[in-house]
Amino acid sequence: MDFSLLPEILASTIRLSVPLVLACLAGLWSERSGIVDIGLEGKMLAAAFAAAAAAAHFQSAWIGMVFAILVSLGLALVHGYASINQRGNQVVSGVAINMMAAGLAVVLGNTWFKEGGRTPALPGSARFLPIDLPGSAVLADVPLLGAIATIISGHSIITYVTILLVPLTAWALAKTRFGLRLRAVGENPHAVDTAGISVALLRYKAVIIAGILCGVAGAFLSTSLSASFVRDMTAGRGFMALAALIFAGWRAWPALFACLLFGFLQASGNYLQGVHLGGVEVPVQFINMLPYLLTVILLAGFIGKSIPPKASGIPYTKDR
Amino acid sequence: MIKKLLATAALTAIMAVSAFAADDKPAIVFDIGGKFDKSFNESMFNGSEKFKAESGVAYGEFEIANEAQREQAIRNFADQGYSPIIAAGFAQAAAVEKVAKEYPDLKFAIVDMVVDLPNVQSIVFKEQEGSYLVGMLAGMASKSGTVGFVGGMDIPLIRRFGCGYAQGVKAVKADAKVIQNMTGDTGAAWNDPVKGGEITKGQMSQGADVVFAAAGGTGLGVLQAAADGGALSIGVDANQNHLHPGKVLTSMLKRVDVAVYNVMKSGKDGAFKPGIQALGLAEDGVGYAVDDNNKALITAEMAAAAEKAKTDIISGAIKVHDYMEDNKCPVE
Repeated sequence: MDFSLLPEILASTIRLSVPLVLACLAGLWSERSGIVDIGLEGKMLAAAFAAAAAAAHFQSAWIGMVFAILVSLGLALVHGYASINQRGNQVVSGVAINMMAAGLAVVLGNTWFKEGGRTPALPGSARFLPIDLPGSAVLADVPLLGAIATIISGHSIITYVTILLVPLTAWALAKTRFGLRLRAVGENPHAVDTAGISVALLRYKAVIIAGILCGVAGAFLSTSLSASFVRDMTAGRGFMALAALIFAGWRAWPALFACLLFGFLQASGNYLQGVHLGGVEVPVQFINMLPYLLTVILLAGFIGKSIPPKASGIPYTKDR
Repeated sequence: MIKKLLATAALTAIMAVSAFAADDKPAIVFDIGGKFDKSFNESMFNGSEKFKAESGVAYGEFEIANEAQREQAIRNFADQGYSPIIAAGFAQAAAVEKVAKEYPDLKFAIVDMVVDLPNVQSIVFKEQEGSYLVGMLAGMASKSGTVGFVGGMDIPLIRRFGCGYAQGVKAVKADAKVIQNMTGDTGAAWNDPVKGGEITKGQMSQGADVVFAAAGGTGLGVLQAAADGGALSIGVDANQNHLHPGKVLTSMLKRVDVAVYNVMKSGKDGAFKPGIQALGLAEDGVGYAVDDNNKALITAEMAAAAEKAKTDIISGAIKVHDYMEDNKCPVE
């Protein structure tokens, strides 16, 4: 195995992990408040489409980002309305959002751009391009520091913001009044209600945060990592984020590491195709399968226990 | 009871009329990816449009959104009496086989796969020949001596592209390195530009400066990543040179548009022939694209070498190995 590729693989790991981390945090906020969110994939996809379409129309990545967040937020509120006000089945509502997003994006894209559900390719000025951190070019040839510079420099602004969101989420959920109440509402909504705090309002706030995060994730996919929207381009990343969420036991820091692990598996799968380990060619299919396999092994109780929030998925009804 | 009978009779009459009306009207079922994929399906769509413009005969079309719709779509056209019914893509073989057996009087055609029935025309391409030529161009254009290949779904058909490409590269630079990667093992591998881009970045970090994408929508990510990173790319199926002018070395053309046009035309003229049609360089079924966008990239020397190889392949002086014959590639 060739270790000289390691910095590149790690840089790729970070790029591939960002949408996972964002979606995973979205799921974390939502599920910690007791709303199961299987619609991460759909929200990301709709946001990716909105970002690419708006960025193509206005020739601005930031306007694309605004539209992505608005669209994702809209879907999140639909999910919120169905599961909080109407006490509907949250899984069904999430699946519906996934299907709606997949279909609508293609139909609208076809109508607006006539490219078969694609959006026009964006010029560099309408994308979130990699930022080279100051000094990274100088360090490029220094042995160890150069490798580190390769890994941490040259990402888009969204990546750096995402890394800050993890400690922010962990802190907010553990230390702030809002976070503690939010967690309580996911564990025992009756107690929260008895204390005179609105369960519905708290859950709506959580769903809104999830919507914003999915919006950023979608914009990252279509206007940073690539330069246009292509149908179904989320390619299961929303579900992988859910797997990471379970893997991390609904906690922010472990979620980051789970996403980095899954991102690393994807990146090494991309870089190491046909690579030989100990004389045996490692099938890429095996590497691609690992995140899901690890989650199943975890759920079977081999790695530890992952306990979901107690009230997760259960609509709240006030006692009469 | 009588009412019911009458209703049935009326319905049958309507159906008979509609079947009659659709007689000899061709239909096409596009594969997942859709008719504007700037690649395989779009090329077929262009062929159909050309037929419509020339003959004035409208054609039926359907873009499937999931696997289950294949058979439904084909059967639907068969019910309405469309003929010939063209199924785009290897994945529709099972559906074509089933429906074609049930409608022996209608004519069917399938692209990229062989269905052995008396009323089916199977159109396959010698992708290895076209890939060989773009491989030669890639080998000559590469300064680093390392070139890349990004396939879509890992299937023998795509391996055939990669194998032909590698043979072409080695023909001009025997010591060149060809990095071959596949995007995935499911249909999602055709629509994942993000992953395609990452794979391309990976190949570029290993020194590749020309990357050939045979991956449908995923290929757009490959072309983008190559253009962003200062490498050259090679498009596939349709002419993709215009996507990044001056940064796409060439495109491996697969003239599915011609094939579809011919099927529709032969259906109209009554000259439809079942059986296998293998289209290679000799039949102009495959080739490479040169236009204003990439003229500057292809030197006279490169063009001459590619043209000579083309003549040699047609005459049989150069034999390009077909991966699908033995699921092996003689070069790495």
